[in-house]
Amino acid sequence: MADVNRGNRPLSPHLQIYRPQLNSAMSIFHRITGVGMTLAAALIVWWLFAAASGPEAFAAADAVLTSWIGLLILFGSTWALVYHFGTGLRHLWMDMGYGYDIKLNDLIGQIILVASGVLTLLIWFLAL
Amino acid sequence: MTDFKTPMARALGLGSAHDGVHHWWSQRMTSAALVPLTILALFPIAGAIGAPREEVLATFADPWNAVVTILFLAVMFKHLHQGLQVVIEDYVHHPGRRIAALTASTFFCGLFGVAGVFAVARIAFGAA
Repeated sequence: MADVNRGNRPLSPHLQIYRPQLNSAMSIFHRITGVGMTLAAALIVWWLFAAASGPEAFAAADAVLTSWIGLLILFGSTWALVYHFGTGLRHLWMDMGYGYDIKLNDLIGQIILVASGVLTLLIWFLAL
Repeated sequence: MTDFKTPMARALGLGSAHDGVHHWWSQRMTSAALVPLTILALFPIAGAIGAPREEVLATFADPWNAVVTILFLAVMFKHLHQGLQVVIEDYVHHPGRRIAALTASTFFCGLFGVAGVFAVARIAFGAA
């Protein structure tokens, strides 16, 4: 069996060699938004747990979530959620073998960027 | 360099994480499940954040809101755990730090996942 030099093959693309492109930047931001939402997940569970525990615990959690820093985290996380949702859908679609045409891929990337902003504002407009 | 492994033996080594395709596939399954669950759970969660405690309790006392929120939390924390694991495996190379980070992420996702599900269940059963 042809089996030449398998041990030296790179495991992943070399970032030093590739010119940054929209799709590679959006791929790394998919990871960054995913890791970043950990904080919002912890805050929301804390808030739910506090609501289940009693009025004093809830007041503390509610005060943090509705403070300016809490609202900033929630707003940023809403955008991260919509963005991660969009790029995640695209990843699933690409995992099925579609969407590798560069022009189409760039177009979908731009749609995700615009739609994530619009949907974030819409969610906040509807939830307030 | 002589490698006495046959290609089959190498394939059975199951790749860099030694876990084969199972983790990859499972991550896609939680992603796909989160597409409807995120949309469904966004309504009660986004609607209740910032509201008084009575309103929060009323929101999650509703059976439908409780079920979609519990499902969302369970699948989301599983997905978060899978995502954090992949990121840690890709970027944390030191074996000790890698195991510490993986363990911390497992404990975090387990604790917050159970706490969130328990909190919603407690509210839904009227015990809060």
